[in-house]
Amino acid sequence: MLSLSVNEISGLIIGIIVFLGSVLSLISAIGLVRLPDIYTRSHAATKSATLSVLCILFGLFLFFTVIKDYVSARILLGIVFVFITAPVGGHLISRAAYHSGVSLWESSIHDELNGKKDKQHTSS
Amino acid sequence: MSFQLIINLIIAVIWMFLNNAWTVSGLVSGYVIGLGILFLLRNFFPSRFYFIGVMAILKLIVIFLKELILSSVEVMGQIMQPKLNIQPGIFAMDIKLKKEWEVTVLSCLITLTPGTLVVDVSPDNKTLYIHAMHLPDVEKAKSDIKNTFEKAIQGVSR
Repeated sequence: MLSLSVNEISGLIIGIIVFLGSVLSLISAIGLVRLPDIYTRSHAATKSATLSVLCILFGLFLFFTVIKDYVSARILLGIVFVFITAPVGGHLISRAAYHSGVSLWESSIHDELNGKKDKQHTSS
Repeated sequence: MSFQLIINLIIAVIWMFLNNAWTVSGLVSGYVIGLGILFLLRNFFPSRFYFIGVMAILKLIVIFLKELILSSVEVMGQIMQPKLNIQPGIFAMDIKLKKEWEVTVLSCLITLTPGTLVVDVSPDNKTLYIHAMHLPDVEKAKSDIKNTFEKAIQGVSR
């Protein structure tokens, strides 16, 4: 008869969450190496990394809450701050790249911003 | 919306005064009673009953988490494929949102969803230029964003 206490079961779940987060960050690192140009790379760099950090921090929060019996609000604040700042960083990097003339990968199929670029330079 | 929230808090404080019970449970019960009173008096306020707005915010968060996980799995699959067959591109999307915070929230949500990235916002706040990682069908990508995020944000601010 397999008998697990509450701590063991929740430890298992927390381990799965943290493992999932680390695998996600590994895959986004592979994506950084494999993808062809700066825009697709910033896809991998900003967002998959955000989700993996979310998973790891959430697992940490659950660990301290359930097993160590200590509710740490700072971890939740960390999750919120990562979620607010990460998209702004990705947006600014790709916008700066586009406006300083970094070209897209050659097999990109649409570029609807292309004609409007010069007009925006004079207005901003 | 914030005006009704403040009234609700004042009713909760008055409830605590009436009971002379300065506890969290006193505050919560007063808040629930104030919610009922505000629901009965909802026709006197110029805006709608504010709890609908709170529910719309919760719905937006749930939609966002769902989209985040689904499209993450999709992008992971594209990265791990042995031969890279993605078709990236930038497409323009017209948006109907008016206020600046709505545009900011929409572009943050689009950027956080893997597969799409806001490259630029037009100076008149009417068009978003979005870089998508795999873009075989522009109309489908547009209608995806319209049906999920834009509709939910309009539900919050209406």
